Amino acid sequence: MSSSMIIGQYVPGNSVIHRLDPRTKITIIFFFVLIVFFANSVMSYGLLTLFAVGSAVSTKIPANYLIKGLLPVWFLIVFTFILHLFVTKEGEVLFSIFTFDFYTGGFIQGLAISLRFFLLILVTSLLTLTTTPIEITDAIESMLGPLKKIRFPVHELALMMSISLRFIPTLMQETEKISKAQASRGVDFRTGPVKDRIKAVVPLLVPLFVSAFKRAEELAMAMEARGYQGGEGRTKLRELSIGRLDIYIYILFVLVIIGLFMTRS
Amino acid sequence: MDITFKDVSYIYQPNTPFEHRALSELSFHIRSGSFIAIIGHTGSGKSTLLQHLNGLLRPTEGEVTIGTYKISADEKTKNIKSLREKVGVVFQYPEHQLFEETVEKDIGFGPLNFHVDQEEIKRRTREAIKAVDLPEELLHRSPFDLSGGQMRRVAIAGVLAMDPNVLVLDEPTAGLDPRGQREVMDMFSNLHKEKKLTTVLVTHSMEDALRYADHIIILKDGKKHLEGPPLEVLVRKKELEHVQLDVPEVIQFLSEVEEKFGKTISYHNQNIAQLAKELAAMVKGGDDHE
Repeated sequence: MSSSMIIGQYVPGNSVIHRLDPRTKITIIFFFVLIVFFANSVMSYGLLTLFAVGSAVSTKIPANYLIKGLLPVWFLIVFTFILHLFVTKEGEVLFSIFTFDFYTGGFIQGLAISLRFFLLILVTSLLTLTTTPIEITDAIESMLGPLKKIRFPVHELALMMSISLRFIPTLMQETEKISKAQASRGVDFRTGPVKDRIKAVVPLLVPLFVSAFKRAEELAMAMEARGYQGGEGRTKLRELSIGRLDIYIYILFVLVIIGLFMTRS
Repeated sequence: MDITFKDVSYIYQPNTPFEHRALSELSFHIRSGSFIAIIGHTGSGKSTLLQHLNGLLRPTEGEVTIGTYKISADEKTKNIKSLREKVGVVFQYPEHQLFEETVEKDIGFGPLNFHVDQEEIKRRTREAIKAVDLPEELLHRSPFDLSGGQMRRVAIAGVLAMDPNVLVLDEPTAGLDPRGQREVMDMFSNLHKEKKLTTVLVTHSMEDALRYADHIIILKDGKKHLEGPPLEVLVRKKELEHVQLDVPEVIQFLSEVEEKFGKTISYHNQNIAQLAKELAAMVKGGDDHE
């Protein structure tokens, strides 16, 4: 399961989407999430789907990998559809099973909502698939920059984010390592009564916490040893910059928005 | 227990962009009661191989047989738990797995999971702590109050207390001081003889492999590069250099002696003092001895 979950997993590449400034990606995704709720006609949905699927294709990430990776979310999408099918009672009766009637309204509504859902998840997962966590935090730090004026600790927030993102894989590895070591000593994490399985978590969590605290201390020491003293006057290795590519993409996106409002019914 | 690998391949995250073939078509046989060393560069598949020995990983292709247990891709292995009782694994930095309030409880944790009765656990705990050369007083201390070296020994005792037939060691001396390294390795060597264990040692150290193992397998990119008794394998300089390994110092030295003086001194696990005597005898007397 863990190996097939791709949300949050970066896939290296050199596509247009990979090369975009992370701020561009975040901005566009933010507005995309908003305008998805304005779509209400076949044409407008089509336009948004084209945009989302087109972006996904242009990343050159294999399609079956994307589809498989979103597997856990497929369940939600299908569930949403079925829920609408049962609950919405508008339009004409489409067909009925026993005495229960299914309406065209429910069918259309279900389809539309699941499609929205799918588009939202697809586009947002494209962000993490094509952007390294470091780029994302850099972008957030830069976009929250103006808040520094009201003494909001933007740099510290970004640092906290990047440290925790950085240590997710480390902690995952650590968890795997310790759970394997305990499994070798006869702990059964997979079968048996729920009570036993909850108990089996203790030999996993205790060593995990111990090493996490140790690691935090070591990291703090290493940072101090290298003279870290907060964001004041700190320069960056990679400066973010909006290039020509970003401008083209913005123009394309504005055209999509205009198109959306023209095709709404 | 006999251990057999038959055309074993293992692929991490198959069918994704992260697909990685860690083992490919690996076959070998380990006789019951032998001490074998598995050597290889980082990323050669040593750790992956090791995890097949107690069913933590199942081969993507091929079959692993350990005693009467069979592990293969399509069949679900029965009694995986009893296999794990018989194959004790000491992972790299095993002290990271300690979690109990007292050393005694931590050592007894393995046997407890395998439903060994209390009396027997008590007996084994004491035996294990003695085997790793720690004083019994430590049993009531918290494992987190101990020094790094002591924690390592407690963790090893925790594996020994399971009373395994096969002992799998993944670089058990990494991060210890030279003296500690020697002590820990000698301890494993003694246990191997006393309890007639089948021991599998994964290591970087050519010296340890030469000193303790009676059979060596060298891995390269998940494939078997060389295999055989230490004195046959560890003298093949060219092939070892090919996988960025060095001939052990003693062997290197003896072969240089042979080149310079035209006389052969064989290696039979002698220590430095013994070797010096043999050399002196050779230089002085010139009389033939093997």
